[in-house]
This record gives sequence, structure tokens and C-alpha cells, in this order.
Amino acid sequence: MSNHAPGENWVSVGKLEDIPPLGARIVRREGGNIAIFRAEGDRIYALENRCPHKGGPLSEGIVHGCRVTCPLHNWVIDLDSGEAVGPDEGVVKRYDVKLIDGEIYLHDAALKAQEAA
Amino acid sequence: MTQKLVVVGNGMAGMRTIEELLKITPDLYDITVFGDEPYGNYNRILLSPVLAGEKTIDDIMLNTEEWYAENNITLRKGVKVTEIRRDRRVVIAEDGSETPYDRLLIATGSRPFILPIEGVGLQGVLTFRDIHDVNQMLAAAKTGKKAVVIGGGLLGLEAANGLAKNGMDVTVVHLMDTLMERQLDAAAGAMLKASLEQRDLKFLMEAKTKAIVGRDKVEAVELEDGRKIPADLVVMAVGIKPNIELAQKAGLYCERGIVVDDTMLTYDGRIYAVGECVQHRGVAYGLVAPLFEQAKVCANHLARKATAAYKGSVTSTKLKVTGIDLFSAGDFAGGEGVEEIVLKDPYGGVYKKLCIKDNKIRGAVLYGDTMDGPWYFQLMREGTDISEIRDHLLFGQAHLGDSGHGGQESGVALLSDDAEICGCNGVCKGEIVDAIVEKKLFTLDDVRAHTKASSSCGSCTGLVEQLLATTLGGDYSETPKEKPICACTDLSHDAVREVINTQEIKTIPELMAFLEWKTPNGCATCRPALNYYLLCRWPEDYEDDSQSRFINERAHGNIQKDGTYSVVPRMWGGVTTPDELRAIADVAEKYKVREVKVTGGQRIDLFGVEKEDLPEIWRDLSKAGFVSGHAYGKALRTVKTCVGSQWCRFGTQDSTGLGIKLEQMTWGSWMPHKFKMAVSGCPRNCAEATIKDFGVVCVESGYELHIGGNGGIKVRVTDLLTKVETEEEVLEYTAAFIQLYREEAHYLERTAPWVERVGLAYVKKKILDDPENRKALRDRFLKSQRRAQIDPWKENATSPQRQAQFKPLRDLTRQQDLEGANA
Repeated sequence: MSNHAPGENWVSVGKLEDIPPLGARIVRREGGNIAIFRAEGDRIYALENRCPHKGGPLSEGIVHGCRVTCPLHNWVIDLDSGEAVGPDEGVVKRYDVKLIDGEIYLHDAALKAQEAA
Repeated sequence: MTQKLVVVGNGMAGMRTIEELLKITPDLYDITVFGDEPYGNYNRILLSPVLAGEKTIDDIMLNTEEWYAENNITLRKGVKVTEIRRDRRVVIAEDGSETPYDRLLIATGSRPFILPIEGVGLQGVLTFRDIHDVNQMLAAAKTGKKAVVIGGGLLGLEAANGLAKNGMDVTVVHLMDTLMERQLDAAAGAMLKASLEQRDLKFLMEAKTKAIVGRDKVEAVELEDGRKIPADLVVMAVGIKPNIELAQKAGLYCERGIVVDDTMLTYDGRIYAVGECVQHRGVAYGLVAPLFEQAKVCANHLARKATAAYKGSVTSTKLKVTGIDLFSAGDFAGGEGVEEIVLKDPYGGVYKKLCIKDNKIRGAVLYGDTMDGPWYFQLMREGTDISEIRDHLLFGQAHLGDSGHGGQESGVALLSDDAEICGCNGVCKGEIVDAIVEKKLFTLDDVRAHTKASSSCGSCTGLVEQLLATTLGGDYSETPKEKPICACTDLSHDAVREVINTQEIKTIPELMAFLEWKTPNGCATCRPALNYYLLCRWPEDYEDDSQSRFINERAHGNIQKDGTYSVVPRMWGGVTTPDELRAIADVAEKYKVREVKVTGGQRIDLFGVEKEDLPEIWRDLSKAGFVSGHAYGKALRTVKTCVGSQWCRFGTQDSTGLGIKLEQMTWGSWMPHKFKMAVSGCPRNCAEATIKDFGVVCVESGYELHIGGNGGIKVRVTDLLTKVETEEEVLEYTAAFIQLYREEAHYLERTAPWVERVGLAYVKKKILDDPENRKALRDRFLKSQRRAQIDPWKENATSPQRQAQFKPLRDLTRQQDLEGANA
């Protein structure tokens, strides 16, 4: 997939190397930021930067495996599903994201969804 | 003139009376104690564990000979009293001596009942009553093979279990069809029998002993039905009878026992009696709890208080056979109007029966799960109406009430403060909890020493341990089970540190691989711990893993509920200047800080700073001469000071100056948890040094050093470590203490629980008793400080790479960013 262009509707938001391993950065947008996670094995995830519990910024949590622990009250969110790990209950909105040649692309539904909302 | 008190009987009842008496009035009497055994006072009910090899004679000694000497008690051990002359008020001993008395206490206990059959005098026929009997049984077990115990009651079964543990082939001969028929119903008795049979004990039920046969040594026990059971040893445990010979001979009124009134006085106004030799309201007791209740009352009257009365005891029984839980109390025989609630689970080995009459518990038999025994016993003694809780009664106290909160509490946590935990010594839950808290008790032995709970029969040991656990929370570590750090590993904090200390491993991934971590890169619990442990171990070359730090330590600010940060510049010792205040004011305005607040640690906190602004605000503060206040970290926080001798008319030393020196030495150091210090200039202690992790209280002659305080969830006052004379020493001891804590505490363990876990004595040993070690600790601390005191704010504010982490990866709200995105 390395030489494939991302195609339409994909927005470049930065390079993999700009995010520390097991770290996160945010993409700022109107109406709420998106957290881009660099998880175990350089897998990239994009989730709304808001814990379903009390709105904590998930991008500031400790990333472990494919999960993040919210910095405010230690809820653990599964990055794959966006769901809180039991016994807590809640779900975080996920966005399509892909990594091509070290470049991170976010699907612009992430922007449009916001405009529609 | 001092009155003379003579005690006949050096057993548990007599000596408990004397202990109670000494507590009330130590000097009222000249006390002489006669005991016909050649020992001090020992705990007779623990003879069973001695026989079973679980305790030694030394373990069960109650009062040493020094104790008698210290309390000015004349102990005539091994001397038997042969006569009491009431007319002349003297006791006459077998050595011909005469001892006069003003008050006499008879505590001669009981004797084993000997069956009136042939052969009881043969060699190898024993009873189970004293140390001598136990020694003989242990000797017999070495040479003989087969033992017969006559009597399947409490004492007989404990003897049988002990002999079996010593390798003997044991048969119990019991007259009735149920073991312990006075304490158990048929169902529980059968379960008990089955468990004991699994331990290779044999039983002959409804078997009447006719004779013991042998030439001069026992060879067999002959039953009524003609069967003969071969035996090298016979233990007769068919019951006890009050030992009243001496009293009878003296003409004291006796029935089954020496008859006493509610003040434990006999028919002679100068003679009291307590223990198994007495008969009170028609009852002679053979258990220890009533004896101790009697002792309290008797002591009260001997001390001339005359305010206590003994009204008889309701008793409960537990069998002291390790591994078998059995509890019995009250009347469970059934009868008119008595309802039974029964739970029976033969597979699970649990049986519970409650007998209820008029909505009150009359009796209880518990087998296999005796946890709620004390609770039922309390309901029974207090005559509580149980109709409201009847549905849940059998499931135990934990099932009562609000299930949302009851889940994690153990049964004992739910008991009321006046619930009796130790039946032997009459110790209630409240007394134990108070002692644990007030006297800072941490071990079972401590509790035994202070409250006497669990020090007699030991069957409430489990309950006392639970009380320790629930009272102390995480501080209680009597159970050697070490908890793993988290679900990512089975290893405890200590085990992991041990590996770190002995292996040359310097990264978290290598460490996790070496220790076979179960998760690819840990979790938010273990990673910060490992990062700290490695940093502490390799202060010079460990590369700190910021992704394994909590956001506050990564961003060097304190995250708030709205995702903004608070920023606290360091103010050495809480001292500031107009220039510094001006700089802070400028920064607060420039970055639109939403609130400025003074902290509890004498610093200024700037609230509502956006993450993106952090590097800028730090740069401005750095320029003004500030370094990070570490108000966010598991690190040295602040050194709080009072004004001290420089201004205060009470100040004894320069507490402010010393605080500044301490803070300059220690700032920047990472710790297992946050670490707070204070220096007070005099014992008025305005800096509140005695609730800090490390506190200095200045006095005229030097400096008191206090450790392990906490003003948080559980307030704990510091322990005094020592007193030193110079500031140099204060600095040395501070550094040594901090380093000991850094090297040995678990991550996220404050000094208060740490000191309680390892003990003040341990800390003193490492720091006070060993000056070499103290200096080595100090040196290691100073070495690690060289790298730790690089100001993180300055570092972050000047490195573009680090600054980038505080900015969004991309800002789509900005016009040019959006255009770029759409291109």
C-alpha cells in the first residue's frame, strides 16, 4: 500500500514520527478535538478526545496495548472499539484514519460529521 | 498496714484475678501464690496445640517468674497446700509452712474424672490436664504405636488429634452416639466424625469401657460387649470435676463445687473462690470465658470497689483442631416451640443450625463456616428479636443491609463495636479496634499483647486478623501473600525491585521481557511504577520514559477537570519577593490565568492554563528566576516553614533558612509518591511539621526530626526519628531518610503506610544505628540529585522538539490549515 495515494476525502494531519510511540496528539477542529493515538505496533487510531465518563482529554492518558487510560479518573478505553473496558460503560466516537508512508490521513467525515451536527 | 492475700492455685483463673486486681490497685495486698505444678502460670487451654506440635511450652507460658517478682508476689511453686485453718486464718503447706491471710482466694480448678473401673492405675493410663500429662503423652508416642482415647468430647478429640499428629494409631471410644454431644447435634457431629476419620482417627461409638487390662503396663481396653482394643497408651478424657477437697476439708460449704455468691464470695466472708472449682447459681463451668468473667468480678471485690456482680455466663465452644471449624453456643436440643433453621451442604462441608424460640436465637451450631459465630452469639446473649432479619439470618451478617456497599466488607467489619470477638477474655471489637488505632498495632502478637484477644484458645485468631486488616487497610501485611503489582504480572513490588536491584536492565521493555510480563507494554498502573524503579536504580543513565508517566509529570503541570493545567512556581521555603510576585502577576495577566490561589504548601497556584501555553508560561517564569514547583508529581513537593528566630519572638532556630536549604537540596527528586516537608521554629509547630512526610521541629538545643506523617485521608501524626544538634546533621538525616524511602517503598506508597509497614524500628536501624549506612544513603541521594535538578520547565521551554508535544498535531480551525487540508 506504500505507493498508493490516499484518495479523495482523506486529509493529511501529520507524520507518524510526530507522535511518540505509545503516545497521542490532537487534531484541533471546531466543536471538539480528535485524538490521534500511536498504539502498540504503530497502529494508529482516531477518537473523539473526550472520555465518556467526565469528558477527560483521552490524548493525555497513558497508552498501553491498544488501550488508553483516561488521565482524570482512570477509565480505560479500548481504541479499537471506542468502548470503555468493563465494569465501566460508555463509548467514544471513532473516526477512520490511515497511515501511508509514515503520513497519517484522517477521513474528512471527521470534519463533515461535525458540520452536520 | 498492708493486708495479706493468699492464693491457692496458680492457674488461669487465679492469676487472671490477680492481674485484674493489680490493674485496679497494685499496692493493696501482700500477695502469696501457691501452685502445685513446678511451673509459672501457663495457658492450659493451649495444651492441645502443644500436643499437636503447633506450639511449644514456652509459647503458652502466661506469666514469667520475673512477672511475679516485679509485682512483689511471692510465688511458692511446686508447693501443695494441705490445709486451710479458718480459725487461725492460715494455710498450711506440705512443707509444714504456715502462711497467714486476711483474704484467701481459692482457685484450685478441676480434676479429670476417672472412670471407676479396673486397671486405671496401670502404667500408660493418662489424663489430659497439665504439662506433665502432655509430656508423658509425647514420650509415649515415641515408643508406642496404638492409643485409645476414652471420651469423644472436646478434650478427648483434641487429645486424639494431637496423638495422631504424633504418629500414633488412635481409636476414640465414646459412650454416646454423637461426638461432642453436649455441643453438637447429630448432623454436625457426623460431619465432624467424617472429617476426623479422614485424618485416620478411628471411632467406636456407643461403646462403654468395662476395664483397662494389662500386667503392670496397659495392653488393651476392654469394652462391655467383650471387644478388646489393643493399646500402648490410654488417655481418659471423660470429663472434669471441681477440685474441692481442700475447701471441703476446711469446712467450706460445697455442693458439686465450692458454692459462691454473685461476688465470688464463699460462705466464709474472708474467702473467695474462682474458676472451675466453684459452683455459681448451681452451675460449675469448665470453659475459660466464664472464669475470666468471674476473675473480673472477684478482683473488683478484693479491691473493695464492690460494684461488680457475676450473673452467670452464656458460653460458646470452639474446637481447637487445626483445619476444622466448629462453633457451638446455647441450647440447640429443640423442644416445645423451638424452630430450627438449617443449612446443610455435606459436599461443601458446611452445616449451620440455629434454634429459635419466640423470635430469639436460643442456640447455634456451625460447622465448616464459623465466621458468623460471634454474631449469632451476640444476638443470642442480647436476646435480639430476629423476626426482621429471619430470612437472611443463616446467610450471615454480610448479607444484611445494603448489598451495594456490603460486598467488599468482611463479616467482622459489620460487627458492632460491642460484639465480642474473643470469648475467652471477653474482648469486644471496639476495644480491639481502639487498641489497633491508638497504640499503632500492626501484628497479631501486638493485639494479643495489648488486648489479650486471641491470646487464650486462639480460635478467634482469624477474626482478629480480619480486624487488623479492615482497620489498617493496606497497611496490614501479616498475611505473607504478596499482591502482584497489577494484572499484567504475578510479581509483587518487592519482587520486581529485587530483580531491578540485581540485574543490569535499564529499559522498561527489557524489564518486562525479562519478567515475562503478560501484556505487551503493561498498563497505567505498572508502567509508572517500573519507570520510577528504574530511574531510582540507575539515576545517572536511565533514560526516563515520559510515555510511562502520568500526564501531570509529562506536562509538568497539574491537569484539572476541564483539561487545563495549573502551574506552581517554586518558592523556596515559602519565601518570596516583590519582584517575584510582580513576575507572577505579569504571567497571570499575559496568559489570562483564570484563578490565582495560595496553596496549602505556601506557594502560588495559577489555574486554567491551556496545555499549548505551558512552554510559554514556563519560559517567562524561568526568566524571572523560577523553577518548577513539582506540585504535580510523585516528587518532593514543598518545604513549608514558619518565620522562625528571625522574626518570631518564640522562634528557637532559623526555621525559614533551614527550610530553604532543605528544599534546595531535595527539589526535583522523584519519589514513590508525593513527599512533603516542613520546618517549625519552635514546638508550637506553626508549620505543622508533625503531619508531614518529614518534619523538623526546632527546639533550643537542636532539631527534632519527625517522619511518616500525613494530613490526608487518614491523618497520621509523625513518629519521632531522633534529635540532632546541627543543621548539617538535619540535612544528612533528611537525605538518608528520603533515599531509604525512595529505594524501599512501593510505588504510590506514602511514607506513613510505609513506615507502618516496615516499622519505625527498622527505619531507626537503617538510619540511626548505622552511621555508615546513613552516609551511604545520603551520598546516593545526592548523586541522584545531580541529574534530577535540571529544571524540567527550562528544558521543555528551550527544546523545540519537546515544545511540539504541547501543540496540536494539526489545527483545522485555522484558515491556512484548512486550506492545506483541502488542497
